This record gives sequence, structure tokens and C-alpha cells, in this order.
Amino acid sequence: MGAIQRIVQWSRVKSPWVIHFNSGACNGCDIEIVASLTPRYDLERFGVLLKGTPRHADVLLASGPVTRQIEDRLLRIYEQMAEPKFVVAVGTCACTGGVFQGLYNVKGGIDRILPVSAYIPGCPVTPNAIIDGVVKLLASLENPPKKASAG
Amino acid sequence: MPDFGNVQIPVGPQHPALKEPESFLITLRGEKITAASVRMGYNHRGVEKGAEGRTYTQDIYLVERICGICSHSHGTAFIQAVEEIAGLDVPRRAKYIRMLVGELERVHSHLLWLGVAGHEIGFDTLLMYSWRDREVVMDLLAAVSGNRVHYSMNTVGGVRRDVDSALAETILKGVDRLEEQTKYYIQVCSEETTVIKRLSGVGVVTHEDALRLLVVGPTARASGVARDIRKDDPYLAYDELDFKIVTSDHCDVYGRTLVRLGELMESYSMIRQIVKNMPDGPITVKAPRKIPAGEALSRYEAPRGEDVHYVKANGTEKPERVKVRAPTLANLQAVSHMLRDNNLADMPIVIAAIDPCFSCTDRAVEIDRADSGPRDRMDWGRLRAHGIDFYRSRGVDFTELNRSLTRRMKKL
Ligand code: SF4
Repeated sequence: MGAIQRIVQWSRVKSPWVIHFNSGACNGCDIEIVASLTPRYDLERFGVLLKGTPRHADVLLASGPVTRQIEDRLLRIYEQMAEPKFVVAVGTCACTGGVFQGLYNVKGGIDRILPVSAYIPGCPVTPNAIIDGVVKLLASLENPPKKASAG
Repeated sequence: MPDFGNVQIPVGPQHPALKEPESFLITLRGEKITAASVRMGYNHRGVEKGAEGRTYTQDIYLVERICGICSHSHGTAFIQAVEEIAGLDVPRRAKYIRMLVGELERVHSHLLWLGVAGHEIGFDTLLMYSWRDREVVMDLLAAVSGNRVHYSMNTVGGVRRDVDSALAETILKGVDRLEEQTKYYIQVCSEETTVIKRLSGVGVVTHEDALRLLVVGPTARASGVARDIRKDDPYLAYDELDFKIVTSDHCDVYGRTLVRLGELMESYSMIRQIVKNMPDGPITVKAPRKIPAGEALSRYEAPRGEDVHYVKANGTEKPERVKVRAPTLANLQAVSHMLRDNNLADMPIVIAAIDPCFSCTDRAVEIDRADSGPRDRMDWGRLRAHGIDFYRSRGVDFTELNRSLTRRMKKL
């Protein structure tokens, strides 16, 4: 790894920018994502910054099952993100479809549509679990396991 | 200056000002909004149909997950209808516990709203403060129900967990702390010139329009419509509590802020009454697995307004039909009215002021009227190809660059 790449890698791990997208969630996971950014939990102390546009983000925090209407949008948002990019499935719905499995307008978990790097289950996920998940993802970027597939 | 006529701007479904996927089509003349329309359905999952295929007990958990913010409201509204059909006499203690969770939920929802409203007007300090204090009520909810967000306290015929005296003490202490903080927010919102100036006269709905557009909840009460299901059609044991309906005649976003803050204070006093007067006795009655045929309509004053559930039973263990009318659906009609003649910059706070909850609302499916004229919609594939061709025809081609970048990144 050259010096430049090392700097890029260092800044990516120390300050990942995230975007949050609700692809049909019940809001439970979304308010917990916001809660994890506010004073009690304060995800920002790990350098995580919430961004408004996918073009600025490294990590997509996706919550909720994928509904038929949102599917194209989710894909579009993912394609707008710059490489390398990571998707974190937040909540049981995002992991598998959860309680909404089998409903006619629900496609299932996020991994039906996008490659997912980390799954954080829970209905809703507690902010502690979100922090744990994000920190683990960052650690795996720093010391990638042998056969990790990034993005 | 040249007149550019009307300009249409799509906002959403992914937009920093929207917390949920919903899309608005805003028509602008200069800075002023001349028309706005809403496109829903991004959050439509098909909960109503799904509820028909599951048993009543399973449905409690499904219905709760219509919305994570007013989860107890949906759960209770649904279960009230089921209990009415089954003719169950729910113990008074269970009713009190349901009210307790209901009011705690209102507190958490209003504090959440206060923070979001602060964020939308660029007052992020308020967001951080109110969300810090909101953690107090989240802790109480977690202590009462075992979960921070989906409480799942209800079961057919009562509640699943009891409240003991030690917990009652904790609740009273937490409420004292919250009350103190809320007084501070009331002071901030009634003295800070920035807040008053930013919110006054924005998103106006006059008293007459509020009645005409049938808005509900704090949005209606801020236009002087004293309508509250807890008073008008008391459910649970609200007729045993002493509280008043908070209204305001500001008719704008500022009024909606004052109403919500006032309701917080009312809720604290209600929680105290509930905890102090909690009757003894069992918390559930035995419920049959199969619910006899019949139908019922149940109304519940959710934090955002009147929530209506309709349940039709056919004598089996699964309902035949469940219909939900969430409060945001009633208020959404008024949003395009509120937005008209406001500045584009006011759009986020006007939308936020009804405290929209689209996951609640998205029960509808769009029906295209055959006579509404042709619509040119590109699907994702066509749009993508169009974008690439557009740039290629102008001599810009990113294909090679993209490939080499991806290759290099993969090596990292
Ligand atoms: S996992 Fe639970 S809380 Fe999260 S979006 Fe799904 S239903 Fe809501």
C-alpha cells in the first residue's frame, strides 16, 4: 500500500460519512439511528458524520424492508455513492424483512437488492447495537479479514 | 428581471429535509410556492392485507409496527376494536397501564418533534437538548415495557406486564425531571425572538380552513379547534382523569409548537394521576382464541391526532378485514394548502409541523385515472441509459475512468 492509499484508508476509517435511507421501515429503527447521533450515544465521537446526499457518503445505513415502490430509488441512491461503498442493514427488517416478510408489497431484506457489509439485527436496534455494528465495520476495514469482499 | 414562469421542483423521496421517503412536487414562482402535491406510497408495505392472514395475537405485533413512533397507539386502537367485538371486559388496572404507556409515548413523540422542528429551522442546539431529555422518557418506557421503541404491552384482554411500586417511584422521578426541562423549552420558545420570528405566520391554516380540511390532533388544536378524542369520545379510563385540551389561536407553525409544549405539561400531570390512582386487581382477563363474528370501529388520540382502526371478525382466529386511518393521512391534505404562498425555504418546517408519519399513512395505492392524460415516466434502466447518452453526446464519457478507478480501489 502506497503512502497516498494509506492516508485515504486512514481517513476513511477515522471519519466515515454516512447517509441514512428508510426503504420502508416503520420509523422505529430510524429514530434509533437519530438517537445514536444525539448526546447520550454520540456516534460522532468515532468520526461518523451524517450527510444529506449519497454522493458524499461512504456508508449507507439502510433501515426497513424493501418495498416495491422504493426498490428503484434504493438502487439509484446506492449507484450515486462513490466507490468504495458499504451498506449496513439496520434492524431486523433490513436484515430479513422481519415482521413484514410475505406482505405483498415487500421484497424482503436489503440484501435482496444490494450487497450488505454488516447486519445489525433488533426490532428496533438499540443505539448501542448500532454503535457496536458501525465500530466493528470500521475495524474490519482497518484489518480486512482474508477473504473480505468490500462493497 | 426576466420572468421564468412556474418552475417545478421535485423534493424527495430521498431528501435531507425529509426523514422518510415521500415525494413532493413543488411549483414555484420565484421564491414563492404556488402549488404543491404529494406522492405517497414509498412506505406502503401492505400491512392491512397482511393482518388478514395472521392470527389476532400475531396481528398485535404487526399492527404495532405500522409506526415505530406511535406504536402503542396503533396497537391499542386495534386491540380495543377486537375486545369490543369479543365483548371482553378489560380490567381497570390494565386500562390504567395502557394509558400510562400511551401518555409516555406522547411525551417521547412530542419531544422528538420539538427536536426535529429545531433542526428544520437551523436550531440544532434545540435538537440536541430535547433528544438528550427524551432519553429520560425512553428509559422509563424501557423500564415499563422492556423495549425502547416497540412496547408490545397489549394482549387481547389486557396488558402483558405489571407496574410495581418501585417502578412507579422511578416514573414519578423521571416525570419531575422532564417537567423541569419542558418549562425551560416553553421559556425558550416564548422568549427567543429567533424562534418566534421564524415560526410565526408560516404554514397558516385558519380556523375555518382547519374545519373545512378536517385536520386532526395538534394541527387542529393550533387553529383553535378544541378536538381531542380523549375528551370527545373517552376510551380506556380517560374520563377519570383531570386534564384540559390545549389549544392556540396562532393558526401557524408557532401555534403548533406551543400546543405540543402545552400538551407535554398536561401529559406529565396525567401520568402522575395515573400512577397515584392505579387501581389494584388483575391485568388481564382470559380471551378466546377465536373472535366471534362482528365489526367494530375504534378511535384513539395518537400524538399526531385521531387514529381510527376498523376490524371485522368472522368467527375464526384471523380477522376478515382490518382498516387503518392514521392521523397523518387526515393532515396531509392540508399540507398543500399550508405550503401555498410560503417561501421555498419554509417548506421543511411546514411539512415537519404536522409531524408527518408516512409509514403510518402509506396504506393507499395510487390509481392512475385513465383520463388524466399520458404520463412520461422513465424507469430506472431507461433513466440511466438516458443519463449516459446525454453526457456521451456532449463528448463526456466516464466509462473508462470508472473502470480504472474501480480496478484501483479493488486493489486497496
Ligand atoms: S426492525 Fe422493527 S423497528 Fe426496525 S423498521 Fe423493522 S419493524 Fe420497525
